[in-house]
Amino acid sequence: MNQLQMDFNLLTVEILMATLGLVVLVLGLLIPKNQSRGIAYFTTIGLVAILLYSVTMQWTKAEFLNGMYLIDPFSTLFKQIFLLTAILVSVGSYQFMEKYGHNQAEYYSLMVFATLGMMVMASAGDLITLYIGLELMTISLCVLTCFRLRDAKSSEAGIKYIILGAMSSAIMLYGLSLVYGMTRTTVIAEIAAAIALDGVSPLLLLGLVFLVAGFAFKISAVPFHIWAPDIYEGAPTPVTAFLAVASKAAGFAAMMRVLLIALPDLFVHWNVMIVGLTVLTVVLANLVAIPQTNIKRLLAFSGVGQAGYLLLGIVAFTQLGVGAVLFHTLFYVFANVAAFMVVIAFYNETGSDEIRDYTGLAVRSPLLAAVLLFSMLSMAGIPPLAGFVSKFYLFTAVIDQGYVWLALISVLMSMVSVYYYLIVAKVMYIGKPADDAKPIKVSSGLQIALILCLVMIFAFGIYPAPFTDLAMNVANTFFTP
Amino acid sequence: MIENAWLIPVLPAVAFVVIVFLIRQFKMLSALTAIAAMAVSFIISVGIVWEIIQGGATMKKPVEYFVNWLDLPGLNIQAGILIDPLAAAMLFVVTFVALLVMIYSVGYMHGDPGFSVFFSYLSLFSASMLGLVVANNYFQMFFFWELVGLCSYLLIGYYFHKPSAVQANKKAFITNRWGDFGFMLGIFFLFLVFGTFNFGELAKAIPKYDNVAFLTLAGILVFIGPIAKSAQFPLHVWLPDAMEGPTPVSALIHAATMVAAGVYLVARGFVLFHSVETVALVVAWVGGLSALIAATIALVQDDCKRIMAFSTMSQLGYMLMALGVGSLTAGMFHLTTHAFFKALMFLAAGSVIHATHKQNIFEMGGLRKSMPITTWTTVIGALALAGIFPLAGFWSKDEILVAAYTEGAYALFGLASLVAFMTAFYMFRMVFVVFWGDEPEGQHAHESPLTMTIPLIILAFFSIFSGFIGSPLVETGFFSYVYYKYPHPPEPNYMIMISSTVLALAGIGLAWLIYGKKSISAEALKQRFQPIHTLLYNKFYIDELYLWLFDKVMLNISTAFNWNDRHIVDGIFDGIGDLTRAAGARLRFIHTGSLQNYALVIFAAVVIIMLWMAVPALGGI
Repeated sequence: MNQLQMDFNLLTVEILMATLGLVVLVLGLLIPKNQSRGIAYFTTIGLVAILLYSVTMQWTKAEFLNGMYLIDPFSTLFKQIFLLTAILVSVGSYQFMEKYGHNQAEYYSLMVFATLGMMVMASAGDLITLYIGLELMTISLCVLTCFRLRDAKSSEAGIKYIILGAMSSAIMLYGLSLVYGMTRTTVIAEIAAAIALDGVSPLLLLGLVFLVAGFAFKISAVPFHIWAPDIYEGAPTPVTAFLAVASKAAGFAAMMRVLLIALPDLFVHWNVMIVGLTVLTVVLANLVAIPQTNIKRLLAFSGVGQAGYLLLGIVAFTQLGVGAVLFHTLFYVFANVAAFMVVIAFYNETGSDEIRDYTGLAVRSPLLAAVLLFSMLSMAGIPPLAGFVSKFYLFTAVIDQGYVWLALISVLMSMVSVYYYLIVAKVMYIGKPADDAKPIKVSSGLQIALILCLVMIFAFGIYPAPFTDLAMNVANTFFTP
Repeated sequence: MIENAWLIPVLPAVAFVVIVFLIRQFKMLSALTAIAAMAVSFIISVGIVWEIIQGGATMKKPVEYFVNWLDLPGLNIQAGILIDPLAAAMLFVVTFVALLVMIYSVGYMHGDPGFSVFFSYLSLFSASMLGLVVANNYFQMFFFWELVGLCSYLLIGYYFHKPSAVQANKKAFITNRWGDFGFMLGIFFLFLVFGTFNFGELAKAIPKYDNVAFLTLAGILVFIGPIAKSAQFPLHVWLPDAMEGPTPVSALIHAATMVAAGVYLVARGFVLFHSVETVALVVAWVGGLSALIAATIALVQDDCKRIMAFSTMSQLGYMLMALGVGSLTAGMFHLTTHAFFKALMFLAAGSVIHATHKQNIFEMGGLRKSMPITTWTTVIGALALAGIFPLAGFWSKDEILVAAYTEGAYALFGLASLVAFMTAFYMFRMVFVVFWGDEPEGQHAHESPLTMTIPLIILAFFSIFSGFIGSPLVETGFFSYVYYKYPHPPEPNYMIMISSTVLALAGIGLAWLIYGKKSISAEALKQRFQPIHTLLYNKFYIDELYLWLFDKVMLNISTAFNWNDRHIVDGIFDGIGDLTRAAGARLRFIHTGSLQNYALVIFAAVVIIMLWMAVPALGGI
């Protein structure tokens, strides 16, 4: 072995995140409980500062510790996606956590650590590092899921998440150890070389199956999505938003790194599995979303469906496919977090997540109704919104590889999704509010965040070129060593 | 300045957003915002014209900036600006007329409850129109083409409480759909063959392409767009009804700018329209026939705005005829001068309507005494339109006649000369009836406020002098910048100059004899030619024909389709929908809420995948 490469400058973002998490925790001990809003603001500002700093590293491509940790445009873009989600979720948490939470500092600190875990997953150049990141994220999220102490549903969700999460981790770890056993290395870049040298063995394939199952759990692909609706429904809504967006994106980041970089030689094998998962996911998620009556469950299933569309990019296994996944993830942050922020704002005022209580929301709060409508239309892929462009890229990517039938199924299921999104729109816009319904107040911080999301949803759709260029260039660097 | 050209459409667009979302409740502030944005756009346009005179861009070396709006393998759509003398002339005309019309509207729309909304629409329209002018590709042009259509719809129906206005805006919108559809198909065909929407790239590729049938098809399809937008026969029926909109709108959109967009498109895609002889002939003859049909109808109308609507249609026909016979210079020059004097005529008519609250010319009379500024500016406009030396219309119309004559299109030349005679007649018929004659009882007209008369005076000034820039009297003029392939300085053809002047004077003289001096009885003439009069008065019954086609033919076909749609198509889709819903309702029971079940599903899934993968590995199926 050569001398260890340890340029700590490369880790600035991660170091800052860890520092932020610890400082928030300490602040929580120092600041009186009744002034804890300050901690929330501090977290948001800190995250924004780190996001801005990360832009300076946009095109850095380097290794840390001889390939165990990779700093490349791909991981940096994912880190920015996580940070963006964390920022929006933290803004959405202010009122919710004051009303329903208990220890604010712990909440925000756990959120920061979960984000750090995702960052490690995205940057991992080594299977062990990847697993450490995964566990840091999962355990933080488990605690966050049952953060509403006196809420039975929240506790139930936490228990379910930790048990099922541990189970999937075990499956994945088994897969990782099999891969290590067959290739004698845990470094991702070296695995590909080892497989090219030794060829494919049945045990390696077994490891691959376990790996894919583990990732499928994290990205909630059918049938490994089974945990998602219950946990999304039970978790505090800001945490649900975080789970639905950031942890899924982290799963995709790690999955792409492992499948596309470490195991390209097993393409024919994993491709079959991914295609199967994609079909199951888009079909089942969109069908089951139809009869839902709870908005959080509806969004959970729509989120599962979105994961199915994202899988198309992996099926394609091309630069366009990876770029499309990046673009879709980036847009999905805004659309989905915006939808969840509307749910949070609505819950803060009414204490309800039932779709029927959204009747006449357009009158009670035009902003909330508009944001929910446009984020849903965007997820359904209606032009000129962002979702249309990103789905267009994803479908183009698979059609280019000859999977016309797969694109066709996805388009058909997109049409089904329009149906259940429009049910919500109908309730909000056509339904008359009850006589005693009051206008819903939205705090100014949340208003700014919502408008930002709305603007981005339109910006990505009307003028996608700069975002496309960014995503495609990042995808380009992803494949070049 | 040219590098700032993107600001020209953006500023009015910003004004639109600001007015709609921020300052709608402050009427004067809204108007000022719209006017200020337009004024800056106008100044930039003047700057661009100045740079072009200095040689900053020529027809051969246009300045083009663009970004990729959509960039995928096999599909590249740009968003950009293309500045050449053609665009610059159009920019100047649009920003100038729009600015004056906005100033005029402050007076004309005074006290209207929708004052701010009106200005926001005008801003949106200006932004769309200017976006259309600077477009560097067909796709972008189509986008803005649709937007100006939308604004036209909104503004025609501005008095939406009037059923006639609602009818008119629907008619305008539906008629324009025909044109838009043809245009769209045309540019898609072009894209399929040439793989680009960009004007410059197409202009290079089309001459090298030799499939005449395809070029004819594409050219004619694209030309359907201008036929509808520029109100040419047979899609002209919407323009007269569009006069239901407020008069400033008629002046800006339905006289000077939007309806000229069709002409501009033909000029912009000149290479395409002249790639095949047939297409050029179609353009020329559609223009010529429309000019004739409109002029004959205008002879007998009695609503002052409708007379001018038909006059607009007729003049647009002139321009297309010029482009069809091959003179880009003549067509665009007439577009420019026509914008000035037709806007003037409409704004003057608005001034009259503002004063009398009437539109039927036979219910007015003798306004000369109470409204001197309006009267004399109208006379200048009418003289310019009639083509009397040395006003603007004389020079530009003359160039069209010369172009038709030198290209050997003698039939079109004769037709155009006849139209020149009729134009002079119907214009002065209106002038003599409205401003001379006896004042009817109970008419208390007074001159309009300064915000309205100053634009009239400015436009009158341009109606007199703007013709000189393209006349044979100057050495470098309009023709040295706006041309196709190489400049064509006009050669004075005295025979045509004299003949057209004589025809115009004859038209004015006849109008004076009938309506001024009344030595020939209009009634007697009407009795004598009753069938022709009825035919013309009813606009050749084209509207009725279309209505019959819709009622009797279209609706019957639609009924059949409707049945099919309701019973067969809906039936299938209802079935699919029910099936989908039922599937969803069943599948939700997978989610039992029980942790053990969930764990089982996950393990079972892993095992199934394993077996599935194992089958080929173990040498199975």
